[in-house]
Amino acid sequence: MRIFIMVLAMVTCNLLLSQECKYIFKGTLKDFHDNSVLSSALIYSKSEGKSFVSDENGKFEITGLCEGSLELVISHIACETKSLKFQIKGDRSETIFLEHHIEALNEVVVSGNSIKTESKTLQETSLKEDQLFKYNASSIGDALKEINGVTTINTGNTIAKPMINGLHSNRVLIMTNGVRLQDQEWGIEHAPNVDLTSASQITVIKGAGALAYGGDAIGGVVVVNPKRVIPTDTLFGQTTVGGQSNGWGGFVNSSLNKGFDSGWFINAQGSFRKHGDLRAPDYNLSNTGLEAGGFTINTGLSKFEYGFKVYYSYLRNEIGILRASHTGNVSDLVRAINSDIPLVIEPFTYDINPPKQDVTHQIFKANFYKRLQNFGKLDLNYNYQKNDRLEFDIRRGDRSDIPAVDLELQTHTLNVDVDYDAADAYALKFGILGRYQENFPNPDTGVKRLIPDYNKYDFGAYITSELEYGSGHILEAGLRYDLNHIDALKFYDKSRWVERGYDVDFPQFVVEDRGTQILTNPVFTYNNLSLSLGTRLDLGEYFELLLNFSRAMRAPNPAELFSDGLHHSAARIELGDLRIGQETSNRFASTLFFNKLGFDVQLDLYVNAISDFIYIEPSGQETTNRGPFPVWEYQSNDAVLAGFDFNFSYQFNSSWDFRNQTSYVYGQNTDLMLPLISMPPFQTRNIVGYTKTDWFGFNLQVEHQFVAEQKRFPDNNFEAFIPELGETVLVDISTPPPAFNLFNANVNWNFKVNTTSNLKLAVIVNNIFDTTYRNYLNQLRYFADEMGRNVLVQLQLNY
Amino acid sequence: MKTIKLLFLTLLTSTFIVSCSDDDTPQQINEEEVITTMTVTLIPQGGGTTVTLQTRDLDGDGPTQPVITVSGPFAAGVIYNGSIELLNELENPAEDITEEVAEEDDEHQFFFTVGAGLGTVAYSDMDDDGNPIGLAFEFTAGGAAAQGLFAVTLRHEPDKFAPGVSDGVINNAGGETDIETAFQVSVQ
Repeated sequence: MRIFIMVLAMVTCNLLLSQECKYIFKGTLKDFHDNSVLSSALIYSKSEGKSFVSDENGKFEITGLCEGSLELVISHIACETKSLKFQIKGDRSETIFLEHHIEALNEVVVSGNSIKTESKTLQETSLKEDQLFKYNASSIGDALKEINGVTTINTGNTIAKPMINGLHSNRVLIMTNGVRLQDQEWGIEHAPNVDLTSASQITVIKGAGALAYGGDAIGGVVVVNPKRVIPTDTLFGQTTVGGQSNGWGGFVNSSLNKGFDSGWFINAQGSFRKHGDLRAPDYNLSNTGLEAGGFTINTGLSKFEYGFKVYYSYLRNEIGILRASHTGNVSDLVRAINSDIPLVIEPFTYDINPPKQDVTHQIFKANFYKRLQNFGKLDLNYNYQKNDRLEFDIRRGDRSDIPAVDLELQTHTLNVDVDYDAADAYALKFGILGRYQENFPNPDTGVKRLIPDYNKYDFGAYITSELEYGSGHILEAGLRYDLNHIDALKFYDKSRWVERGYDVDFPQFVVEDRGTQILTNPVFTYNNLSLSLGTRLDLGEYFELLLNFSRAMRAPNPAELFSDGLHHSAARIELGDLRIGQETSNRFASTLFFNKLGFDVQLDLYVNAISDFIYIEPSGQETTNRGPFPVWEYQSNDAVLAGFDFNFSYQFNSSWDFRNQTSYVYGQNTDLMLPLISMPPFQTRNIVGYTKTDWFGFNLQVEHQFVAEQKRFPDNNFEAFIPELGETVLVDISTPPPAFNLFNANVNWNFKVNTTSNLKLAVIVNNIFDTTYRNYLNQLRYFADEMGRNVLVQLQLNY
Repeated sequence: MKTIKLLFLTLLTSTFIVSCSDDDTPQQINEEEVITTMTVTLIPQGGGTTVTLQTRDLDGDGPTQPVITVSGPFAAGVIYNGSIELLNELENPAEDITEEVAEEDDEHQFFFTVGAGLGTVAYSDMDDDGNPIGLAFEFTAGGAAAQGLFAVTLRHEPDKFAPGVSDGVINNAGGETDIETAFQVSVQ
C-alpha cells in the first residue's frame, strides 16, 4: 500500500515539477480522545484529485505541492469524515485530530436498532422505536408495562403512572430529553407529562443507581430519549395516523428533521390525540374522554468538538375523570362500592365535563457542549419548566367552571456535567446541579390549597466512575450529595394546627394569627447522601452476572408534608406531617443473564430495605357536616420490598418465537409487620410471535396476560353509620379484586413505497374477549370495570 | 462561539431575574362552598313550641366535630311547618347557601330519613319540573311517644325523576352528598 502511495506521490511530483511545485505537506492523524495514532485512514486531496493512506504511525505525506490552498477530506473506519483546508506557502506539518468514537456516540443512527445504554452494571431495559410503535395511542405508563417489573398505578384508564418494582410517583424519576420532569409528580392522579410519540427510545433503570440523574430515585429512573440528531445533509420525516374503536378516538403525529453537512439541524414534531367516553364490556364509562396535543421544536449545531441545542416542548392534556367516582361522603362511597355498575352512566359523548384535569407542561432547554482534547466532554444545560395544573370539580352555584385546584409550578435547573474519557483504564463522570422551584396555588379557586405556596432550592453534586478489571469484568461506583431546602407559606385551620400538635412542635413557624386560620412559614432543609456500587461479571461463554448495591435518600415531597383536606374520589381526609424526615433505601440487586442456542434468560432479583418509608395509612375518623370520614395520614415506618423479574425467550426458528415475563414483589411494613398497600400482584405474560419477512414484513404477536389476586394487603376497612340506612356498615376499601386473564394481539406489515419511503401498518386488538375485570392498582376500582375490547388501526409513513 | 456563550449567559440571567420576583404573602382563602351550619326550624301549625335542629361545624373539613343541637321534643300528633337554612360561616358576613340551593333547585333535593314511629315528612315546595326540593316541608309527628333518628341529607345532582325520588325515597336518587346529619329526636 505504502509503495503504491509512494509511486503515486512520485508521479504527482513529476507531473507538477513543471509548475515549480515543490512543497511538502506532512500530516499526522490522531484520535481526538487519547492521542493514539490512526493508521489506514484515507486522505483525499480535493485540489489534486488524489488519495493517500496513513501509515502505521498515522503519518502521511503529500509532496510536490504548489503555492495555494490544499483541500483534504479524511475518512477512517468508525470516524466522522473531516474536511480541511490548508494554505500552502512552503513545507508544512500538521497534526490532525479525528473523532474515533463516533460509532459509540451515534449508535442509534448507525444502526437503527442498537440501544444506547445508561449504565453497564444496573438493571436496565430499553424499549426501542419498533416496540413503542404500537403505543402511539397510549400513555407512557402503558408502554412501560412492556418492561418486566414495571406496572402502572392508575386513576381510571387514562391516568397511568409507571411503577417500578412496586414504587411510583416521587420515587420514579422521569428524564425526558435530558430534563428531569418537574410536573407535580407526587400525586397518584398526576400522570407524567411525556408525549410518547416524540420518543425513540425509553430506558428503565431499576433502583437508584443512576446517580447522574438524581439521588432520590428509590424506585428507578425512566429515561426518555428523543430521536437522534444526524449531523449530515438529510431530510426525513414520519407521519402516523390511527384510530381506536374504544372511545371512538383517533390520533395523528408527525415529525420532520432537517440536517446540514455543516452540523446545523432543526426538527419539529407535533401530535394530537382525542377520544370520547371509553367503554367497559357492559357499560359506558361516562366522562372518560381525553384530548391531548403538543409539539416540540429542536434546533442547534452539532459539531464533533462543540455544539449547542435549543429545545422547546409544549404539551396539553385534558382528561375526564369517571363521573361516577365523584363522591360527597362515606354514604356515597358505600353506595358506589355496593353497586355492581357505576352510579352514573350516560350515553357516549366526546364532551369532557367536570370532574376533569387540564394540565399544560412546557419545557425550554438550552444545552451547550464542548469536547476537550485529551480530556472528554463538557456539557452545560439549562432548563425551564412550567407546569399548570387545573382540576375541575362538580361544584355548586356555577363554580364548576372555576378550577378547584389551580397550581402553577415553575422550575429552573442549571447543571454542568463532565465526561472524562481520556484514560484507557477507567472513565469518570461528574457534575453539579442547581435548581430553583416555585409553586403558586391560585387563590381564586375558593377552595383550600392542596399544596401551599413554596420556594424550593436544590443543589446536587455527583461523581461516577467505571473501570474494567480482570478479563472483561466491569466495576462502577458513584457518590452523590443533594441538598433540598423548602420554604413554604401555608394557611392552617387553627383547629388543625393544634390537633396535629404543631403548636407545641413548630411555634417558630407561625407568622400571623388570623382568627380561625393561621399563616405559617415552614422551612426545612434536607441533606441527602446517595451511593452506588456495581459490577458486571463475565462468567464464560453463556453467563453474565450483574451485582449492584445502591443507597439513596429521598426528602419528603410537598404532599407528604403539607396535605390537609378532603380527597373527593377517595372520600377521605388526607393529612401530611411536618415531622416526616427523609427515607433511605438500601437496595441489593443481582441479574443473571444466560444466552445459548436461541435461549435467552434474564433473572432480576432484588431486596430493597427502606428505612422511614413514607406512606399514607388510615389513622381514624373525623366527623364533618357531610358525615364521618376516614382520616388517612402520612406516616413513616421501615419497609422491605423484595422480588424478582424473570424473562425467558426462545427463538424456535426464523419464524416462531416465544417469550415469557413473570414478576412478583413482596412488600412488608417491618415495623408493624403488615403488608404494604398497593403492591402489584403476581403477574405473568406469554407472547407467541410469528414473523414472515416475505409477506411485507408480516409479524404477528399473540399475548396472554395473567394477573393474580393480591392476597397480601393491609386491612383498612372501617365501620361507618349510614343515616339513610339507619345502620352501621362495614366499608370495604381494602379487598383487592379477583385475578384475571387478558388476551391481546397485534399484526404488523411493512411496505416499501420507494427507496427512501416505507409504510408501516399495524392492527392491534387489546382485551380480545371483552373480559370484565378490575385492577387492584386502579384507584377508581370501586366505581367501575376496566376498559373492554379495543381495536386500533395505525398507519405510519416514513419518508 | 463567543456569541453563543453570550447568548446563554443573557438567557440564564434573564430567566433568573424573572423568576425571583414575588415573595408576597399568599391570599387567605375562606372556603366558599362549605356548609358550616344547617338549621332546620319546625314551627307547629296552630301554635306551640318551635323545634330547632342544628348542626354547626365552624372548621369545615377540620378536626373539630360539628356541634349538633336539638332544642326539644316534638309534640305527639302535631303537624310542623319545616324550613331549612344553610350557612357558610367561614365567610364574613356569613354566606347564605340556602339561596344557592334555591337557585339551582333542579340540581338539589333534601331527603328525610325518619325513625320508626317518629312521624312522616311531606315536601311542600317544588322546582320548575314539579319535583320537590325540601327547603320547605311538613312534618307530622307520630301519635305516641317515641325516640329515634331524624336524618337530613342534601344531595347535589340527584336523579329527581328516578322512581320514588319525588316521594322522598333516597335509594334511587344518586348524586353526591353535600350534607348529611342524623339528629337524635323524641316525640312526647
